[in-house]
Amino acid sequence: MRTMKNYFKYIAVLALGIVSCEPELENSIEDGGQYSNGSADFSNYVALGNSLTAGFADGALYISGQQNSYPNILASKFALVQDTDEFTQPLMNDNIGGLLLGGTQIQQPRFVLGGESLETARPARYNGTPTTEVGAKLSGSFNNMGVPGAKSYHLLAPGYGNIAGVATGMANPYFARFASADNATVLGDALAQQPTFFTLWIGNNDVLSFATSGGAGVYQENITDFTQYGPNDITDANAFAFVYNSLVSQLAGEDGLGAEGVLINIPNVTDIPFFKVVPVNPIPLDANTAAALNAQFGAYNTQILPGLAQMGVITEAEANSRKITFAEGPQNFVTIRDENLTDISGILQGEPFNLDPQTAGLLGQLRQATNADLIPLTSSSFIGSQVGDNPMLINGVSVPLGDEHVLTAKEQELVAQVTAQYNGAIATIAQNYSLGLVDANQLLSQIAGDGGLTYQGVQISSRFVSGGAFSLDGVHLTPRGYAVIANEIVKEINETYEANVPAVDVGTYSTITLNNNVQ
Amino acid sequence: MKRQFLLGLFLMATVLTYAGGYRVSLQGQRGLAMGHTGVAVVNNAELAFFNPGGLVFLENKINAAVGASAVFSDVVWQNQEFGQTARTDSPTGTPFYAYFSYKLSEKFTLGLAAYTPYGSSVAWEKDWAGSHLVNDIELAAIYVQALASYKITDNLAVGGGPIYVSGSVNFNRNLNRTLSDLEGDRSNVTIDASGVSAWGWSAGAMWKPIDSLTIGVNYRSEILVEAENGDADFQNVPNSPLTPFNDTKFDATLPLPAELSIGASYQLNDKWLFAFDYNRTFWDAYESLDVDFADPGIPDSSNPRQYEDSSIYRFGLQYGANETFTLRAGYYFDESPVQSGYFAPETPRNDSNNFTAGLTVNVTDMIAIDASFLYSRFEEIDESYDYYTEPNPTTGQPEQVPFEGTYKSSAFVPGLGVTIKI
Repeated sequence: MRTMKNYFKYIAVLALGIVSCEPELENSIEDGGQYSNGSADFSNYVALGNSLTAGFADGALYISGQQNSYPNILASKFALVQDTDEFTQPLMNDNIGGLLLGGTQIQQPRFVLGGESLETARPARYNGTPTTEVGAKLSGSFNNMGVPGAKSYHLLAPGYGNIAGVATGMANPYFARFASADNATVLGDALAQQPTFFTLWIGNNDVLSFATSGGAGVYQENITDFTQYGPNDITDANAFAFVYNSLVSQLAGEDGLGAEGVLINIPNVTDIPFFKVVPVNPIPLDANTAAALNAQFGAYNTQILPGLAQMGVITEAEANSRKITFAEGPQNFVTIRDENLTDISGILQGEPFNLDPQTAGLLGQLRQATNADLIPLTSSSFIGSQVGDNPMLINGVSVPLGDEHVLTAKEQELVAQVTAQYNGAIATIAQNYSLGLVDANQLLSQIAGDGGLTYQGVQISSRFVSGGAFSLDGVHLTPRGYAVIANEIVKEINETYEANVPAVDVGTYSTITLNNNVQ
Repeated sequence: MKRQFLLGLFLMATVLTYAGGYRVSLQGQRGLAMGHTGVAVVNNAELAFFNPGGLVFLENKINAAVGASAVFSDVVWQNQEFGQTARTDSPTGTPFYAYFSYKLSEKFTLGLAAYTPYGSSVAWEKDWAGSHLVNDIELAAIYVQALASYKITDNLAVGGGPIYVSGSVNFNRNLNRTLSDLEGDRSNVTIDASGVSAWGWSAGAMWKPIDSLTIGVNYRSEILVEAENGDADFQNVPNSPLTPFNDTKFDATLPLPAELSIGASYQLNDKWLFAFDYNRTFWDAYESLDVDFADPGIPDSSNPRQYEDSSIYRFGLQYGANETFTLRAGYYFDESPVQSGYFAPETPRNDSNNFTAGLTVNVTDMIAIDASFLYSRFEEIDESYDYYTEPNPTTGQPEQVPFEGTYKSSAFVPGLGVTIKI
């Protein structure tokens, strides 16, 4: 029987040995050695930027968006390549989005796609109350230094995270949540972390806020005193280049940290769906209304404009461009007030026109929009609304849309020109400091092009709601859009630093969120 | 708002994977120890499974064999391009068997059998990279069979009987690669059905042309397990009428394929016995798994499998050391029914080389302890499942989204049983 016991023992030992045996791959990622950091060092990665870097999407910052921020995606890949510090983000308190300041809501909840049916589905604000209090200060430092709303020069501005300045617009509520001190700067807090690797995507808002405001600001050409800038103004291109160089030199320069990194340039604002959703000709008219409107503008078209041209006040071309005509059908162009037109409101009140001030004011810089103009997404509900419940005063028809509702062709030209200047500066700086450069401008142009872009077999386009790249605010990206950016950065890193960082599986990142609990 | 896009959201539930290719060959410790041969081996009551025709050749009046195995089976997967890794943490499977035979006369034996020839238990990490194909699955089928064995001549016998199957399945996967609720939790569905019954049969014949040579053939019929009114439980679905995935019932049919076994055993002398079995499993029956949801708002799901008939070649060896001990060893080559491009992670099976060993300890004349051990060796394999589709965002047409990577499986199966002869 002794032998028998031994047999059993042998089997028991065998069985125990078995349990601990797990299948192992020959070239196992878990064992390391499959990837390489090349000449870069990802051990402490810090991301600087604005909302795009923070993971802002659907008009808000919220946890799951932050988890899908391109810096967080990148950090997860870096961790496969070498030993890295934990990548920390100033996470919000919820997935609702929005902010409270002293208990009062100052930023709205996120957009979701609501609606009872396919036909009525539309983006709307989620019906929830934000729970993220700006005053509930986060402790510690954060690798993701993306601050929604930041312009280039804000990263250097002391007090940008001072909670006392938030209510007056002098400080940024998102930075106020995690700034190390009241007078801290974004760059300073980033440098204090001694990053070995960084990404910088800044400058978008330096042109974007002008564009999304319908060009309600001005171009601060040759003005380098940023305290004079309004929130919707365009940053001077030279001032931008100066600021940008200052940021990069402190991060990557010999006198700075000497870190490696990747710069991301500025997309064309006209490639975002924010300007592609509302058509310039959305006005449906029946035959009677069209005839009545044409009668209303008859004298303007046939007498005032030719008269002014004859008088030499405006050119023949301008006179033609200012004519207002409506027709029966669904596609009449909106009327707009274009500040680049000659203001004729004064002349119209005098001889021989003798118009009352109100009418003269309406006609002062009036023209009909053309296909070259762009209407911001945020104006969609304004067009067609009545002024003071007066059915004769329809915004966009009998009452021209104001400057903030139209990004005119001239304004677009300005934005494009400045964007190109910014990108020129970024390219030069990338070269000077031997940094990687991701051409987000070209990438988003491809996505915005006809048919979009097929990326890793996934079709993405800038089509609003369904295109996959852009979130429901029409400006910021979806997790999938951010994943594309992250993958482009990976590609650039692998090229610039002869590294082998694994790619980002773009198709596994989500796009928009459906929810019927909307405001 | 393009209709195609939103229709696309509806179409997300297109791919519902299921178990298959999971024939669990653990129907007797003595047979298993010899490479799971047995269609032509007269050894103990395991014949009730391997070849009921041979039951009547058992010497004793009453024969019984019961036993169970513990299946430690895991799979590791990785995708080098994206740096993704996943490992199953599957619960230990415990297939069992219980056989009984009673010799009514020299020529006639009755029997009863219960065994679990099909089953699967795979659990990946929740929301892993292949979670749109499977998160976890438990599939079990218990066969219960009444048997009769009749000796036509002294060296030829036939046997067989009807099989009653009670099956169950519990399967969870995410609805697609991305859909999640407001909190970012992934939308998923669990389908659950148990107590699903079905009927089949098996029959075999055994011939002993000379004393030392035995030849056997056995056939077990295909059994279609038709789950009706199972529960489909949708979780974390966005709160929207546009994703109408409400809990509902489902119908689905899973084939447990037919199997033909042919084999021979040769008794060299008092001590040595050689056995060879050839199995053909008719997996061809498993073309596609279709899940029909009762709720008309939820699209039915069709999942190509295209399994092909597969062969298993088994070799076994038995050595009667002395009165007390019998030692066994075996090997079999198991050809996977899963074809390239249909490699779904709920049954990540490629061809395997299997090594077995075991022994019997005769405690008394009537009672013996049977122990066995199986080690399945799988080659590392680069494979993909190409038939998961997602709608093209523009056209709404389904587009194939392959799920690919490197797989490696392992299985260690110790088992214990008791043989009784009275």
